[in-house]
Amino acid sequence: MAEVRYQEASRIYPGTEEPAVNQLNLDIGDGELLVLVGPSGSGKSTALRMLAGLETVNMGSIWINEVDVTLKPPQDRDIAMVFQNYALYPSMTVGDNMGFALKQQKVPKAERAERVAEAARILDLTEYLDRKPKNLSGGQRQRVAMGRAIVRQPQVFLMDEPLSNLDAKLRVQTRTELADLQARLGVTTVYVTHDQVEAMTMGHRVAVLNFGVLQQVDAPKTLYAAPANKFVAGFIGSPAMNLFDAENVDGKPGIAGVAVPINDAVAAALKGQSLDKVSVGVRPEHLTLGTAGIEGEVTVVEELGSESFVHVRTDHRGEATNIVVRDRGETQTARGDRVKIDFDGPLHVFGEDGQRVTA
Amino acid sequence: MAIFTRAPKAEPILGQNRAVAMVLGVLTWIIGLLFFFPLFWLVVNGFKEESVASSSPTLNFDPTLDRFSEVTEDSGGLLSFTEAFGNSFWIVLISTVLVMVLAIPAAYALAIRPMRKWRDILFFFISTKFLPIVGIIMPIWIIARDLDLLGTRTVLVVLYTAMNLPLAVWMLRSFFAEVPKELIEASQIDGCSLLGQIRQVILPIVAPGVAATALLCVIFAWNEFFFAIQLNPTGASTIPVWVNSQQKFQGQFLAGLSAASVLATLPVVLAGWVAQKRMIRGLAMGAIK
Repeated sequence: MAEVRYQEASRIYPGTEEPAVNQLNLDIGDGELLVLVGPSGSGKSTALRMLAGLETVNMGSIWINEVDVTLKPPQDRDIAMVFQNYALYPSMTVGDNMGFALKQQKVPKAERAERVAEAARILDLTEYLDRKPKNLSGGQRQRVAMGRAIVRQPQVFLMDEPLSNLDAKLRVQTRTELADLQARLGVTTVYVTHDQVEAMTMGHRVAVLNFGVLQQVDAPKTLYAAPANKFVAGFIGSPAMNLFDAENVDGKPGIAGVAVPINDAVAAALKGQSLDKVSVGVRPEHLTLGTAGIEGEVTVVEELGSESFVHVRTDHRGEATNIVVRDRGETQTARGDRVKIDFDGPLHVFGEDGQRVTA
Repeated sequence: MAIFTRAPKAEPILGQNRAVAMVLGVLTWIIGLLFFFPLFWLVVNGFKEESVASSSPTLNFDPTLDRFSEVTEDSGGLLSFTEAFGNSFWIVLISTVLVMVLAIPAAYALAIRPMRKWRDILFFFISTKFLPIVGIIMPIWIIARDLDLLGTRTVLVVLYTAMNLPLAVWMLRSFFAEVPKELIEASQIDGCSLLGQIRQVILPIVAPGVAATALLCVIFAWNEFFFAIQLNPTGASTIPVWVNSQQKFQGQFLAGLSAASVLATLPVVLAGWVAQKRMIRGLAMGAIK
């Protein structure tokens, strides 16, 4: 069982100016499933590889269980990693793949076989133990990669986009199985993905990275309800939050000529900031189609059955701007309708510096 | 390499005129036969009497194996076929093993843990093959003489190793470079030693490439003539030198020389034929596409 700590850890690739991971501070609790999420180039994979020992840490340090592992080679860190392409040894059978690490540790053959069999049972791989990876389906290979990790009983699991090579349906199914497995084994896990839905559904906590800088680390609910800055606000949530550079409407920040209802605390916090450099965000489910509010014309209606997303074009700061509103499943609106959008729920206000204005 | 490849079945390219396809097919056969003909004639001549081989070309003759038994007979004092074959065998085997033992770690380093300026190093390796051998034979001869290596098998082992090493490093590097880097990382995390990594993870994947490389080294070493005739022209020499010794200063020797040439070619053709599937896969995999 293990805790993991990144302490001011940076990675600068040779020949580049900007660090790929910039002074990362992160504490991961024992048994926690922490998801690193961000767009490509955000440094999430690099951060994981630093923990694995596959990437040099140029500054700062990394700790596993209060042991400084910054300079230790991968094999001395007691970690197991699942790669995006699984990295199964093609010349070995499934059983040999799973037992390979144990073989390196000179674990006696009998114990090795027992542990492999146990892992195979958990992952429903028993009948495939004698097959070569090339004779397995994508989902089975993914499970073998998982098996290879759990056989070792490591301190930490590292997973680098382990589901992104699966098709959509299998991905959703495996996602749940993986989260369940992690909870049962109780092994500290660092999980990298670019898919914010995966991050939200799996992570106990989610760390959002952008350009190598940690933006926010919080429980999924908190990330969604109180994004720390504009980037997190735009990145987390699907469909994305409606996010605008505000207008100054009668001394309040506004969208398309309509002032947004902010409370006194937010108003006070905005005092002295130029209102048209402030940003305002509102999630689609916190807007309704009503009789008053922002006026616009419906361009697209996305019917999802249980709900529908109505795209409305409006004129904001002199430009045609799209607003997405969540409506009920059997919406009455259609393309071309003139509608009014009202606020119905929390607003997110970000100051001139892009940081959340906390009330 | 033409003799190792099997032509794919003629299948007209979509939208191509059948007649055009046929003409191209016939043309391919003609060109193929044109290339094959000298080899064919060599084999045919090997089965003739000297007088028939030297007169006007004909396919109408009584085939005989006499030339083959003549050239392989021990002729006291001179290099015999058995000696030459034994010499060639050991020189080729030892030099190829040495090449692989040296080239595999070098290729690993260049492909998987490249140091700064690795391209320059790779280019340096291959650049040694730009030198005309005839331009460096003099210093090599002097060095060999001073080391008392003239006329030994050792000098050829050393030279063939040196001669094939750049090619082997170059080829193996490109095979190694195609091993997914995640596999190597996975083996590191699994606690594999460097040697274990090469032996258990990388070599099984690049085996066809290694086989192809080794076979090329065997062929090049087997066929090498210039070093052999310059540095080791007598008793301890190799098959190509033996073939050369079948040229007589008087009398007719074309049929005998042909028979000797066939014998010299046979092992390489056989090796290539046996290995052709692996060989093609190996060659297609990497350097020589």
